[in-house]
Amino acid sequence: MKIAVCIKQVPDSWAEKKMVGGLLDRANVDAVLNDLDEYAVEEALRIAEAHGGNEEGGANTVTVISMGPERATEAVRKALSMGANDAILISDQILVGADAVVTAEVLANVILKGEFDIVICGTESTDARMSVVPAMMSEKLGCAQLTFASKVSVDPGAKKVSITRVTEAGVDEVHGEFPCVISVVEKINEPRYPSFKGIMAAKKKVIDIRDFASTGAQFTKSWSAVIDAAPRPARAAGVVVTDDGTAGQKLVDFLSEKKLI
Amino acid sequence: MSTVLILADFAGEKATKATVEIATAGAVIGEVTALVLAPVGKGAAYAASINQGPVTKVLVIESDDFTKHGVAACADALAHVIGQSAPSAVLVVSHAFGKEVAGRVAMKLKIGIITDAVDVAADCTATQLVFGGSTTVHSKVNEGTAIITVRPNTITANFAPATPLIENTTAPISDCSKKATITSSQPPVKGGRPELTEANIVVSGGRGTNGDFATVEAFADSLGAAVGASRAATDAGWYPHSHQVGQTGKTVSPQLYVACGISGAIQHRAGMQTSKNIVVVNKDPEVLPPATEGVKALKA
Ligand SMILES: Cc1cc2nc3c(=O)[nH]c(=O)nc-3n(C[C@H](O)[C@H](O)[C@H](O)COP(=O)(O)OP(=O)(O)OC[C@H]3O[C@@H](n4cnc5c(N)ncnc54)[C@H](O)[C@@H]3O)c2cc1C
Ligand SMILES: Nc1ncnc2c1ncn2[C@@H]1O[C@H](COP(=O)(O)O)[C@@H](O)[C@H]1O
Repeated sequence: MKIAVCIKQVPDSWAEKKMVGGLLDRANVDAVLNDLDEYAVEEALRIAEAHGGNEEGGANTVTVISMGPERATEAVRKALSMGANDAILISDQILVGADAVVTAEVLANVILKGEFDIVICGTESTDARMSVVPAMMSEKLGCAQLTFASKVSVDPGAKKVSITRVTEAGVDEVHGEFPCVISVVEKINEPRYPSFKGIMAAKKKVIDIRDFASTGAQFTKSWSAVIDAAPRPARAAGVVVTDDGTAGQKLVDFLSEKKLI
Repeated sequence: MSTVLILADFAGEKATKATVEIATAGAVIGEVTALVLAPVGKGAAYAASINQGPVTKVLVIESDDFTKHGVAACADALAHVIGQSAPSAVLVVSHAFGKEVAGRVAMKLKIGIITDAVDVAADCTATQLVFGGSTTVHSKVNEGTAIITVRPNTITANFAPATPLIENTTAPISDCSKKATITSSQPPVKGGRPELTEANIVVSGGRGTNGDFATVEAFADSLGAAVGASRAATDAGWYPHSHQVGQTGKTVSPQLYVACGISGAIQHRAGMQTSKNIVVVNKDPEVLPPATEGVKALKA
């Protein structure tokens, strides 16, 4: 199987994120591999390992695909050190400020050229948190959308994939065939830590850095744009009540004063 | 006059409160038509439940593909109706299903998408609270129809009775949109509590509860609240993942959020920072420190 994993480099969750000129300031914060994308990499590796492995000459390959600034090679390396085989990074000044439609268009074109059987994503990035890119790529690719998966089973012989979809609307069993786009929720697995061997091996793996023109994507114009951004005023400091037996009553007083009960 | 299309949201056969909220948001922009996507034979019942909010017209499409093929089939129908009516804006409820439908429609029609709006102005400018609620952003779609997903519980719904005109129509579902098939669906276990993202009050438990969610539930029930949990609590298996509040879980904006035994890591705050009032019950005075309005009841 040819498996692709889409990963995004995002600012560290702990970093104070700022909008500068309508864009997220990505240059001046610590950047990491998007949390849920680690689960996507893990799931890709597990699928490969369960069906013949992805070692040299193995039955499968796991290719990391990312769109982002050159710096995103750090996140890509992390995915490679977990065990992915190779990587494609689309990096181009023209893509700064890309909206979700452009992002999905670019990624889908790269996926189309690579003729992947399975594409695995996280369900959401921790910076923009849109949870739309996997569905949008499957629309563009005209293939099965198997998203919000808490469990994935693959039958490579029959080219069939089944998932358990978990959302606020409940739990669904969903089935499709190759090629398909999967997105995973965090309860699907426990991502491995890169081993020392993995980290060393990743240094030698190829990251194919491409520009926008090479992707074959049709447009770069973003439809949506930020008009302005401002930090929200901090909340007023709260009242601290130390429980000496009366905290319960004080809480009730507070809630009824606020008409909450 | 501008027209707005909303994708009606249902729990069972009843339109949800979030449907009334997006209708209310839409009415600020123009005349609201609600699109109802229903299984065959259920269109009339679904449409009849849209009896509140500023909705002028209800457009009903019946097809069993909606339940069988989910998001992709619904996106085909919504895109078809947008193509025919060219509304100024399309509003959809911001949950997993709504966002994915909106995303596919945006991709199909090459229109701009904005997710998780907490407010929408008359000129379709959307307000988003990003980075765990720390930053307010105004965004706009530059040209053509804007598809905007609106977070539940952030718009004050206008529940005025409505008697919209009901019209039936059809939409083609493409073969590509039938490539994923749903063979079984289990609705979420309700247990009589309100839906987490729609609840006025949410009581959440974390590591500090030591797994005693019976107490959290009892407290929640006494307030008519929904129950949430931190990731530490769901990872420990104390409470279902579907109730996780935070970065990789749900985002809630209730009138009151009560955090019991939760450290207030930034990943958790990302899911509850937009709550109107916050109460923290903890023995550590340092939790949720910088910016918590409300009461910190410190258990000795
Ligand atoms: C604060 C903020 C708000 C924004 N609001 C909007 C908006 O309302 N509308 C809009 O169109 N754009 C918006 N953007 C731009 C948006 O971040 C990018 O278009 C982004 O690439 C897609 O959104 P996401 O990261 O939320 O993706 P999600 O849909 O949440 O990502 C899901 C998965 O898709 C894959 N993926 C996503 N992006 C990439 C990538 N670059 N490379 C590889 N894989 C990827 C990953 O597997 C990821 O886990 C916003 C950006 C910021 C910083
Ligand atoms: N130089 C770049 N090359 C390619 N993609 C980028 C670049 N800068 C930002 N992006 C991507 O464009 C999208 C929007 O980025 P931003 O506008 O910074 O939020 C994200 O998916 C980024 O990863």
